Amino acid sequence: MEARDAILSAIRRNLPRPAVPLPELPARDPKQTASGVGSKAGLTKPSTGRVSDFQRQLQAMGGTSFEVADLAASRAKIAELFPTAKVICSATREVPGTRRIEDVRDPHDLNDVDVGIVRSSLGVMEAGAVWLTEADLVVNALGVLSQHLVVLLDPAAIVDTLHDAYERIDLAASTYGLFMAGPSATADIEGVIVHGAQGARSLTVLLVAADPTHLSPKNGTHE
Amino acid sequence: MSRHVDPERRAARFIALEEHESTHDRLVWGMRRNRDEEVARVPEWEKLRELASQIKEHTLTHLDRYLEQFEGNATRRGMHVHWARDAEEHNSVVYQILRAHQVRSLIKSKSMLQEECGMTPYLKKRGIEVTESDLGERIQQLSDEPPSHIVVPAIHKLRSDVATLFAREIDSDPSNSDPHYLAEAMRGNARPRFLAAQAAMTGANFAVAETGGFVVCTNEGNADIGASVPPLHIASIGIEKLIPRARDLGVFVRMLSRSALGSAITQYTSHFHGPRQGGELHIVLVDNTRSDRLGSPDFWHGLKCIRCGACMNTCPVYRRAGGLSYGGTYSGPIGVILEPGFDIERFRELPFHSSLCGSCTEVCPVKIDISDQIYKWRRVVAEKGLVKLTKKVGMSALGTTLAHPSLFHSAESLAESALEHAPRFLLYNPLNAWGRHRELPAAPARTFRQWYRENRGNHGSA
Repeated sequence: MEARDAILSAIRRNLPRPAVPLPELPARDPKQTASGVGSKAGLTKPSTGRVSDFQRQLQAMGGTSFEVADLAASRAKIAELFPTAKVICSATREVPGTRRIEDVRDPHDLNDVDVGIVRSSLGVMEAGAVWLTEADLVVNALGVLSQHLVVLLDPAAIVDTLHDAYERIDLAASTYGLFMAGPSATADIEGVIVHGAQGARSLTVLLVAADPTHLSPKNGTHE
Repeated sequence: MSRHVDPERRAARFIALEEHESTHDRLVWGMRRNRDEEVARVPEWEKLRELASQIKEHTLTHLDRYLEQFEGNATRRGMHVHWARDAEEHNSVVYQILRAHQVRSLIKSKSMLQEECGMTPYLKKRGIEVTESDLGERIQQLSDEPPSHIVVPAIHKLRSDVATLFAREIDSDPSNSDPHYLAEAMRGNARPRFLAAQAAMTGANFAVAETGGFVVCTNEGNADIGASVPPLHIASIGIEKLIPRARDLGVFVRMLSRSALGSAITQYTSHFHGPRQGGELHIVLVDNTRSDRLGSPDFWHGLKCIRCGACMNTCPVYRRAGGLSYGGTYSGPIGVILEPGFDIERFRELPFHSSLCGSCTEVCPVKIDISDQIYKWRRVVAEKGLVKLTKKVGMSALGTTLAHPSLFHSAESLAESALEHAPRFLLYNPLNAWGRHRELPAAPARTFRQWYRENRGNHGSA
């Protein structure tokens, strides 16, 4: 308490004057934003431009993406991409793996995971990023301890910019939430980009509409 | 009494390593070029800079309020909020938490603040093993050197240096200097340490008053592994990291990595709003001279810094001299204006480690008047009588000349013949450090004034 009061009173003594007003952030064009979580009936489909721009940006960040027809095609794609994977841990019932995330008690137990699978509720075009929360991951370490990560994303849930994304996300709804844009990367040795520095070695986004029967009740975005 | 840092001597050591110097210059300038390309794709960039600057200035002029709001919200979310007046208090708070949890080894991600506080040596002395998990930081830790760059801490090293270091420290193949191989070797070394650590430490890029949470940006995902594997997470946050609203993050996250490396966003932008189930999350809010700086009309804008490193990448002195030449926690132009605030005696030479070209001010995403502040620090150093004798001799002669127009004009005409005929000793002598690695351009045949009188002199005033 002593330190707290000393710091606050030092700040009050030294506050720069005149006080600067808080600027309004520019209002976003509502037509620009995707219509929310999952593909509920009545939502406008995003232009194909937004989806392909998202894919291009994700690629620039070192990730890959595929448009897949449905969940069966998603399962086939994962089998094709990771034929030798032994431990596949899934946090979504849409695509089962060899291990259910609900059965994992301790994050340390995820160290042997070859492929993690999770559904994201929001993508950001300009960043090539997907938004993941503790509700999506169930055990947060799944996103970073898995050697490879596969993320399901509804193409209708892609917004243009980070401003749009922050308008939709309710940060207060999750203790943990992150934008993941591509795999783990470093340029710390002579600026050479290396993927798989500490977290996932690869990030694959499968663009596939959500199956409403599998939607998780809590996903950290405004409905 | 601290011995003062001599950036010229330190820079000379780096410049003598020709391959290091040229590689460093190329890589750092490459980041600046990537930044330009990425910024050009955002038409509203200048508007974002203005917004970012205003949001930061607003927060700093209401900082007491926002800190209280942040503390209240973070506490309600189940986080433990601690306060630390200075580096010593920060380290002691951290140590108390670790001791209470009987932590013997911890894994940390990058934090300039923990660097500033000298936390790692403090904990090491008390028997706690600290492992840096960011690749560049680990390279620096194993080299027993501070980071030379805010974003890429080991950018001054060649791959061959890293190969030698890793061979010695983690048993990698000394003849293999492929960055892919070296990064993989470190991944293999670091993973067991993540799993064995009893606690993780991170810094924070932003703290949101409205929600009581904080944001950590990394490219490796190392902060996320730390925060999600061991049960205890401690985050050190400088009090200047506050922003008012969650929506403000849109402005800053859009600018941070574009300014730093020229990528649209960091690979991981992680928002922490409470301990995970079964875990514990502590926040240490650190002042360490920030509240003093707040009271300085000339220098409080330095607190707007979001630690992107753009000013370093663009700086002609930094690029050639390397980050270790600054001898402090923060290097480059931002280091020049921050470090004298910590210790003016020790860092009195830093304001002269600059060409005042102003490029840093131009690229700063939050519009800090960096080059003006460098000039103002020179004045502070002069007023305190700390200017080095060699600089005084040159500057007082220059001052007299510039103060008397007739002297200036004759000096100007003389300079042209002087450049041709004067013994090189006048320019290339040990008193003039700038001459050591430079040749002067050929002097024009006429001075500008002579040219003007001949060509425009009869036309009167325009």
